[in-house]
Amino acid sequence: MKLTVSSAPHITGKDTTASLMRDVIIATVPAIVASVLFFGIRALTLISVTVGACLVFELLWEKIMKKPITTGDLSAVVTGILLAFNFPASLPLPMAILGAAIAIIVVKQLFGGIGFNFANPAIVARIVLGLSFTSYMTDWIFPDATATATPLALYANGTGTAPEIIDMFIGRTGGTLGETSALALIIGFVYLVAKKVISPIIPVTYVATVAIFAMLLGVDPVVYVLGGGLLLGAIFMATDYVTSPYTKKGKIIFGIGLGIITVMIRRFGTMTEGVSYAILLMNLVVPYINKLSRQKPLGAPKKVKEAK
Amino acid sequence: MAVFKKLVRSAEGAKVPHYKNTENCETVKMTVPARVYVSMQQHIGAPAKACVKKGTEVKVGDVIGTADGIISAAVHSPVSGKVFGIEEIMFPTGKVQTVVIDTDGLQTVSESVKAPVVTDHASFVQAIKDSGLVGLGGAGFPTGVKLDPQNISEVDTLVINAAECEPYITSDYREMMECGEDVIEGAKAVKEYLGLSKVYIGIEANKPQAIEKMKSLISGISGFEVVTLPSVYPQGAEKIIIETVTGKEVPKGALPASVGVIVMNVASVGFINRYLKTGMPLTTKRVTVDGDAVAKAQNVEVVIGTSVKDLVEFCGGYTQEPGKIIYGGPMMGTALTSDEMPIIKQNNAILVFGQEKATLPSPSACIRCGRCINACPMGLAPVEIALALSIKDGEELTALNTDLCMECGSCSFVCPAKRPVAQTMKEAKEFLRKVDKK
Repeated sequence: MKLTVSSAPHITGKDTTASLMRDVIIATVPAIVASVLFFGIRALTLISVTVGACLVFELLWEKIMKKPITTGDLSAVVTGILLAFNFPASLPLPMAILGAAIAIIVVKQLFGGIGFNFANPAIVARIVLGLSFTSYMTDWIFPDATATATPLALYANGTGTAPEIIDMFIGRTGGTLGETSALALIIGFVYLVAKKVISPIIPVTYVATVAIFAMLLGVDPVVYVLGGGLLLGAIFMATDYVTSPYTKKGKIIFGIGLGIITVMIRRFGTMTEGVSYAILLMNLVVPYINKLSRQKPLGAPKKVKEAK
Repeated sequence: MAVFKKLVRSAEGAKVPHYKNTENCETVKMTVPARVYVSMQQHIGAPAKACVKKGTEVKVGDVIGTADGIISAAVHSPVSGKVFGIEEIMFPTGKVQTVVIDTDGLQTVSESVKAPVVTDHASFVQAIKDSGLVGLGGAGFPTGVKLDPQNISEVDTLVINAAECEPYITSDYREMMECGEDVIEGAKAVKEYLGLSKVYIGIEANKPQAIEKMKSLISGISGFEVVTLPSVYPQGAEKIIIETVTGKEVPKGALPASVGVIVMNVASVGFINRYLKTGMPLTTKRVTVDGDAVAKAQNVEVVIGTSVKDLVEFCGGYTQEPGKIIYGGPMMGTALTSDEMPIIKQNNAILVFGQEKATLPSPSACIRCGRCINACPMGLAPVEIALALSIKDGEELTALNTDLCMECGSCSFVCPAKRPVAQTMKEAKEFLRKVDKK
């Protein structure tokens, strides 16, 4: 009789890293469909290329470094989809592949692979590409032929009329692949929350903070919420496990911080968009938020000053 | 403000499957096996000292091991027969002196077995000590010690733990369904002799019939209340059930008595009534036998010291090559090295799994999802504790209240990366103990 002797517990839950990632992928499907509807089949090509590139870079890196192959956890697929979501549909494919390399090799693997990246790989890649190839990264395709800029840009410049709310809601506006359709993103959000893949705290506090802060500053909260990358960032990028706080308290602080920085950049900065930088900045302070937002354990003494 | 409370401590626990396959299995009495192995360590504390030797004739209820020290418990012969020898048997916790008895099958009851004379708290405590009772929920803390707290005048509440939050196990449920009256009478005795004012019976919501039965049994008895607990693991953990039922928080390092509460397992309470009536010490135990490698899953009343092998045979034998045998439930139970281990007092289940369920999926990298933190019923941060342990930061481990971990296993259960988080917590506690000693 060969008995396994191992430490308790002897059963484990159904969720695995791969099942969570698979659920995130499922949650992106409505936005993928919307992107094809509004930007054409090129959107699908771009998504396929970034996903493929992310998988290949992860595989190659792990092969070369003789590390265990982790492409099966599907996290590279998620990164690939989210990366493409941050590109305009017209982005040349070599640039998209470069973005995948930045995300997977520089931000993820150089820091130790899944679980160790200090910032969201797709966000950093978007920022790097945005700074390097600004004109390509803002070469919007417009489903509505009369438009010339994204709703946020139109609003910020005061040069054109912001699109109808209904267009912004279903996604018939200029913008990156995945960001324009609020409806598709919200369907994904509901799925993720219902499946308990993410907590609703970060997206809700982030969006609420943006709306409230925008109102306080006298700008249109509807355009701020629907007209740019906020929902994509709040639902899919800011909720990345590795780069967001652990506790409910921490998630609230994180969401509020994101909201304030986003509105500050949009309102007072030179850029029309602010979500990527807000997420990157808040990613960097997550270790501090974690430390400040610890729970009080049952029966633990009231916080005593740590002896140094 | 439930929402606010969740911010202070999420404590979502683990939504473990229930698998209460045996809940409707009336307890079957197992025939006494040819040989029993009675361990001298069937409780927390110092092992009992064997007071018989090879060749001694014993009857059911004879003392064969005397309590050694303040926190210890007597051990009685569960059978009549002849001592075959005193052996050292390797238990998961280490080598333990074990009295091996060849049974004669007659189950002749010892002359010493007679109902105790109990008139006050002191004689009650003495009677419980003589009964060999230990916490039957799994921890095995000597009950005689528990019922004699130093601050007895401040203790006013008995919480009867019938949460039975571990998957598979239904022995406590059967205690309520089959011996509910014993539980109530036992609780009355504890209430009377300890001068308590309130008795709560905490039962998880997944046992509606038991809730109904206990409610009908307590109707008209003042000071008794049945509390329906949420069916979330680990509701039956001592500090958790105290908080759910009374709202009190047991301070770190203190006993429940410090907040005026005593918690007892439901089967322990039922036993007290039977003992007060008959004087028969703790010699048998109701055990749930389940798992995919055992032929007939059921609740069995066995004499203590019955080997797992004999018990499984009684349940129709193995249906496949066993891959893991567990003392207790799948969340906190101990995996055994062989099926020759005997049943001890605090065993409430024997689970036998085939090879497929014997091993868990291999771990992958932590994705820092924080599920372990949100699940931890104590509000600890396993992911941060694991990090502090990896860099051997004792100061940080102390600040994170690592020693509050009760090893319930919720963190490992919820971990999507399948990391052995609970084991790491154990190691962190061990590390901290060593650091503190220096």
